Amino acid sequence: MNRAPLIFLGIFLTLAFSWTGIVLVNQIGYGSLKPVYNEDEGTAYPLQTPGLAARGKLVYEDLGCIYCHSQQVRRPGYGSDIERGWGERQSVARDYIRERRVLLGTMRTGPDLRNIAARQTDPTWHYLHFYDPQITSPGSNMPPFKFLFETRKVVGQPSPKAIQSKLPEKYQPKPGYEIVPTERGENLVAYLVSLKDTYAYPETKNVYVEPKPEAGKEEKK
Amino acid sequence: MASVPTLVSSLNPATTSDDVKRAELSEIDASTKWPALFLLASAVGWLLIGTLFALISSFKMHSPDFLGNYEWLTFGRVRTAHLNAVTYGWSVNASFAVAFWLMARLSRSVLRHAGLLIVAAVFWNIGVTVGIFGILAGDSTSIEWLEMPVYATPLLFLAYALVGAWAVITFRFGKSPHIYVSQWYILAALFWFPWLYSVAEIMIIFAPAGGTVQALVNWWFAHNVLGLWFTPIGLAAIYYFLPKVLGKPIHSYYLSVIGFWSLAIFYNWAGVHHLIGGPVPVWVQSAGIAASFMMIIPVIVTAINHHMTMVGSFGALKYSPTLRFIVFGAVSYTLTSLQGSSMAIRSWAEVTHFTHYTVAHAHWGMYAFFTMVMFGSIYYIMPRLLLKEWPSAKLISVHFWATAVGITLYVADLSIGGVIQGLLLNTPVLAHKFGLQQGTDPVPFLDTVKATIPYLKWRSYAGILITIGHVAFAVNFVWMVARSVQTTKTEPTLFRSPPEMEVTAQ
Repeated sequence: MNRAPLIFLGIFLTLAFSWTGIVLVNQIGYGSLKPVYNEDEGTAYPLQTPGLAARGKLVYEDLGCIYCHSQQVRRPGYGSDIERGWGERQSVARDYIRERRVLLGTMRTGPDLRNIAARQTDPTWHYLHFYDPQITSPGSNMPPFKFLFETRKVVGQPSPKAIQSKLPEKYQPKPGYEIVPTERGENLVAYLVSLKDTYAYPETKNVYVEPKPEAGKEEKK
Repeated sequence: MASVPTLVSSLNPATTSDDVKRAELSEIDASTKWPALFLLASAVGWLLIGTLFALISSFKMHSPDFLGNYEWLTFGRVRTAHLNAVTYGWSVNASFAVAFWLMARLSRSVLRHAGLLIVAAVFWNIGVTVGIFGILAGDSTSIEWLEMPVYATPLLFLAYALVGAWAVITFRFGKSPHIYVSQWYILAALFWFPWLYSVAEIMIIFAPAGGTVQALVNWWFAHNVLGLWFTPIGLAAIYYFLPKVLGKPIHSYYLSVIGFWSLAIFYNWAGVHHLIGGPVPVWVQSAGIAASFMMIIPVIVTAINHHMTMVGSFGALKYSPTLRFIVFGAVSYTLTSLQGSSMAIRSWAEVTHFTHYTVAHAHWGMYAFFTMVMFGSIYYIMPRLLLKEWPSAKLISVHFWATAVGITLYVADLSIGGVIQGLLLNTPVLAHKFGLQQGTDPVPFLDTVKATIPYLKWRSYAGILITIGHVAFAVNFVWMVARSVQTTKTEPTLFRSPPEMEVTAQ
């Protein structure tokens, strides 16, 4: 008996099942979620990533930042994302609808970056951190990104972008030289200081929060 | 162990051995020689390259300054190059070779259009080379398991289509009226992969879907590459070689059918467990968790089937390299799959998600299961392609012990480190749940990093051990290909001589 057609039909249907359920249904269900328009501000949220930051996102992708940094905040009561200050609220699907490439990530060797712009607003901090993470975060296992900087001879006026004055002693260039971020470095920092989801959408307002034990009260085990 | 193995007896439960079939089989093996050799040689090459990338990335995780000034070798790129080299380079090349070698044998059909396969294999390897070069150069897509840049992927797809077309042709020309379960797995895998791959490439890279639907597609694809491509090929090899080497039929045909269909139904929904707690609909997460849990059925069924086949023959593990690798892989499959099911539980995922625990799990599956099975298969296939034996039993022994101890150390070490990392990351919420802590201050993030460093160092030591195993394997492989037939002995290369020669069929 030739059962090959029957086996093949089964093989086809099993994958068709999950393809329909996971891919198709969700694409139809929320694949074309729209931004929310705020009439008071005259702005649609989520905001479009500004140009320089959009280019920085490409640098983020090509350096593989995603393999240590997630970009998704879990709900209060599930993990400590909120307590760590990684966001004011959980991430929702609408936060990502403007993104051509969604970089949720699955690893937290480093902290979540979805709202990094709300925590580290100062570009200088980011430049020092990229130059060598040990400067700002001793003990970190993030690699240095010195290749996003250029050490060059000062010609005429020193560059306003130069960072060596903020660097510790051991990183100082030879006199007459300055350390400036490359264009890629500037873009990457522009991306990071643009990353935050603070707008409260209707779906983020009514989230169940697990009650915390009251402070100071003895907890019975 | 009274059964006398022959080349044919366990090939197909319905066949009886005779010399005609034996001759036919060696004709089939001979017809697969060149494409199989090309694929296996490429696989071994990629294994070494991938291992090198692995070591570099592992060192970087605890010594970030190591090669820190080279943009091409920054962690995010070299780690990705490692994944792609061992997945698409080593694993896919090896699985192509094993799959079509098994297919030709089980269909009892000489390999037609060997040229087609060689062309496909060349395309595939060019594609992988271009892709990995692209990743190192900075063209990675940053989509996990789909990092290869757009200029490499069509080449891979084309190569894949050729292999698939070839397999269907061989299957149709087959003379065997019976379809053995290994063939089910191989046919299914060959059909599933291009579907997964093309949908994922289109919906994420070429015409991106909206928002986090991309993430769903991503994990539907990435988990299914493991579940619907590598797992079926690995299981097909176990189902073939286990009875083959032991010279007795598989325990239960019925169980193998249940195992196949339950895997087919449940595995392909399981991938969503990578997004538990993420910004995707909760119902689809729940479906993924349920499916991950249901995977216990195929895993247990397959484990029983393999175990019952082994019962009474464990002594053969002392002699046959193929059997030893295959059994190590089969046991790992059971354990890592059960671990995978447990990781889908929400409260356990809360701890282990985003940590090194997941990395340990991935290596348990892709290495301790799949790669070990491929090693075992290669030890069986190569002598039949080249008509000469493995030059050194010692090197095989080094290979086995270095990789077996190495990966066990790797998985144990990183699992513990991962749980510690997860518990620290999730304080104070978890501390409250367990009543351990009153305060609300989280452990400083850098402390979670520092706590993992010793485990990351031990991972590097385990990696060095695994590397030693790979070098031993590669040396033996090259030596075998290079040496001339005249000087070789005719007995199979075993770990030691069995008391009665006929109990082994290496």
